[in-house]
Amino acid sequence: MSVYLLRRLLQSVLVMLAMSVIVFVGVFAIGDPVEILISPDADQMERERAIKALGLDLPLWMQYLSFLGNALRGDLGRSFVFNEPALQLILQRMPATLELALGATIMALIIGLPLGLYAGLKPKSPLSSTIMAGSILGFSLPTFWVGLMLIMVFAVQLGWLPSTGRGPTVEVLGMRWSFLTWDGLRHLAMPALNLALFKISLVIRLTRAGVRETMLMDYVKFARAKGLSPARVTYVHVFKNILIPVVTVVGLELGSTIAFSVVTESVFAWPGMGKLIIDSINVLDRPVIVAYLMMIVLMFITINLLVDLAYSALDPRVRLENK
Amino acid sequence: MAASPGAVSPVSATASSPTLEVRNLQTHFFTRAGVVKAVDGVSFTVGRGKVMGLVGESGSGKTVTGFSILGLVDEPGRIVGGEILFHGQNLARLKEEEMRQLRGNRIAMIFQDPMMTLNPVLRVDTQMIETVLAHTKVSKEEARQRARDTLGMVGIPSPDERLKSYPHQFSGGMRQRVAIAIALLHRPELIVADEPTTALDVTIQAQILAEVQKLCAQTGTAMIWITHDLTVVAGLADELAVMYAGRVVEHGPVNGTLDKPLHPYTMGLIGSVPSRNKRGEPLRQIPGMTPSLLNLPVGCAFRTRCPKAQDKCQQDPPLGELLPGRRARCFFPYNMPAEAAA
Ligand SMILES: Nc1ncnc2c1ncn2[C@@H]1O[C@H](COP(=O)(O)OP(=O)(O)O)[C@@H](O)[C@H]1O
Ligand code: SF4
Ligand SMILES: [Mg+2]
Repeated sequence: MSVYLLRRLLQSVLVMLAMSVIVFVGVFAIGDPVEILISPDADQMERERAIKALGLDLPLWMQYLSFLGNALRGDLGRSFVFNEPALQLILQRMPATLELALGATIMALIIGLPLGLYAGLKPKSPLSSTIMAGSILGFSLPTFWVGLMLIMVFAVQLGWLPSTGRGPTVEVLGMRWSFLTWDGLRHLAMPALNLALFKISLVIRLTRAGVRETMLMDYVKFARAKGLSPARVTYVHVFKNILIPVVTVVGLELGSTIAFSVVTESVFAWPGMGKLIIDSINVLDRPVIVAYLMMIVLMFITINLLVDLAYSALDPRVRLENK
Repeated sequence: MAASPGAVSPVSATASSPTLEVRNLQTHFFTRAGVVKAVDGVSFTVGRGKVMGLVGESGSGKTVTGFSILGLVDEPGRIVGGEILFHGQNLARLKEEEMRQLRGNRIAMIFQDPMMTLNPVLRVDTQMIETVLAHTKVSKEEARQRARDTLGMVGIPSPDERLKSYPHQFSGGMRQRVAIAIALLHRPELIVADEPTTALDVTIQAQILAEVQKLCAQTGTAMIWITHDLTVVAGLADELAVMYAGRVVEHGPVNGTLDKPLHPYTMGLIGSVPSRNKRGEPLRQIPGMTPSLLNLPVGCAFRTRCPKAQDKCQQDPPLGELLPGRRARCFFPYNMPAEAAA
């Protein structure tokens, strides 16, 4: 098990290195931040001083090496715009995004699992057809449009839920969280649902397919032949097997949910990393863009690792092979 | 024998009444392509402590017969006719909850493929204890005790440790022993064993056969042993029912039937068993394939493959008692005494 972990960590480091090169070169290719950052009236002297101060006069590989050297010391550069460390900017906004993404994931499981289970157990009932049709909508409606509709209905028409911001936050572990207060939860509800929509559909479809497939397995029939109650067969024998693919896929999706929370954060003015990155791209704030992308890569790698561990905890067959 | 308190038998099990009596059972599958008559008028009886061999090629309806007895026929299948009398009580009419109380308790089943019958994500103790608790009100500790004792009984070494294992940590033979142990947990009055040794190698097959036989003789359990392998039933069964295309085509005591089969299909099955052939003689296979149940020949279903077929076989032969205690569904049977054959 520890050998396995070590190998995975080594792989992760290599992936991070490769990604850092790609990200750095990619961002360099986007455009010249000087044009945006320095006022058009500035004279040649001022321009050159600014370029030197930003380190933009060095060749690309030297810029990369100094970036890498700094990155290893936890310094991902200073934002051109905020004149603050880029990493700090991102870490400040990360709890908001994490909270949103995790809220959406939990919502997807709480709503998606029972609906998918029902649709799988009673495939011919009209309710199942409705659920499946709904899941197609969830896949195909654009997130920003659904977000706007949610605001129209729940904020504007009914006035039940606030439409922007995080609401009051509470500091825990040095980070600020909304979900710990009732008003914060009310602020979280709509954006989380908006972000969850796609995942709810995904969980419904995965669960239904899993139930349909597992119900045909010999071990389910054998469980029935033992005289177990239908509830025990469904919730222990079938459900535990379905959980494996669902947890794997939903876990792996967490990375993309964080990455794609950009749209939802923009619609609901949710002050997370997604909103920061959009603003930073608009002004070509390179250090922030690079730092953001590196954080996302790191997050994907961590999530994959955690999913693998969860997977082996759920599936005894995998557990043995790793020992 | 411990009859569970939840048992719902109106007729008490007397020594003379058979444990199971299947009468004219019909189980059909209503598929898109048409009605598949997987079991079409099957009758047989199994007495206390007796073993009934149910043989036939793959697809002849043996498994569906077994599932029908346990009430485990799923959509699009349905029992459409006949009676399944368990101590005189018709199981085909039982409510699902009443049937559930019998299943795994007074009637148990062992499946064909031991690699598929145990749930891969649950430990063996979980899968055994839940079976005990489904039918008896005992503590979890007592249930574990019972599980451990039963594992020991079917020849699993160090059952205490093995209880904590997952199915994939067992070999195929050991998994089938676990499945058999699960079937034996409540000392059932009837066991349906669906080709339980087919997937195992010959030595293990022989061991398991011997042990199961011993256990059944001790407890008086009646057994339906499903197989397509005649060598297995020869030493095990008391009676034999040969199935072809959803019907019993020959039925009788095992020795008489194997020594002097009446039905050409039984004859063909015996001819295709290696050990029963004379040395040097080539193996005789039954020519042709099992016909599709959706497209059976008119009259005798075996007609297209039968060496003795004649014009008369375009009519449906009845299952008649051709010799005392020997029944067959054929107009021109083998091994009839001279005067009767004329
Ligand atoms: N779920 C099902 N749907 C349609 N037909 C089925 C189904 N299950 C079994 N059958 C039909 O029943 C016939 C008998 O099957 P089975 O009892 O499994 O045969 P055996 O156990 O003798 O090999 C098969 O030929 C098959 O066509
Ligand atoms: S009835 Fe005719 S076709 Fe059918 S088994 Fe007998 S001889 Fe063969
Ligand atoms: Mg079968």
